[in-house]
Amino acid sequence: MHISVQEAPFDLGAELTRFSDSGTDIGAVVSFTGLVRDLPEAPLQVMEIEHYPGMTEVALRKIAEQAQTRFSLGDVLVIHRYGRLAPGDMIMMVATAARHRKDAFEAAEFLMDYLKSRAPFWKREITAEGAAWVESRSEDEDALSRW
Amino acid sequence: MMDVLYFAWVRERIGLPRERIETSATTVAELVAELRDREPRYEAAFSDLSALRVAVDQELSDFDAPLDGVREVAFFPPMTGG
Repeated sequence: MHISVQEAPFDLGAELTRFSDSGTDIGAVVSFTGLVRDLPEAPLQVMEIEHYPGMTEVALRKIAEQAQTRFSLGDVLVIHRYGRLAPGDMIMMVATAARHRKDAFEAAEFLMDYLKSRAPFWKREITAEGAAWVESRSEDEDALSRW
Repeated sequence: MMDVLYFAWVRERIGLPRERIETSATTVAELVAELRDREPRYEAAFSDLSALRVAVDQELSDFDAPLDGVREVAFFPPMTGG
């Protein structure tokens, strides 16, 4: 299991190559990458991501452990950035390795659903008009009920 | 003594990221009531508890959670990671 909370960018290709080298009993690797999306109303200048140092790492580890308990996984990777990001920047990635693709796909969705509303990160969008905290969406909370 | 931490707009409304508090509150809800009585900026931050989440010793918790032996309580809006 690899969990990283970092300010620096990450190299998606290098991370996936390293992660995919998880052993010959692995038949599937699924990954998800979250990017900073521009806003339709006013151009986004900066996205600031705040987190709760200490709790963040523990919460991500717990979510990854839950995924490992629930699905038949070889390995799990979670990288999440904080600080100031620009539109198009990569915010985070998860990757799951499993014997078969179903576990890998489902575990990646499980990780994302929990990470959205159970890991202590908060996003703030800054435009020429000012700054606004991103509000949580009820769909994100509802998404947890399917697990 | 207890460390109380604030994140995102809760931090902005209260005007500081953390403080050490001497409290006799036995639950999170009692701590919130104590804080609200302090100053208008706390009242503004805690006016709608349904918009807030709480972590007790870095674990997501509830407002009725006991504070016995607790070292750190954090208040923040619903999380928006991913």
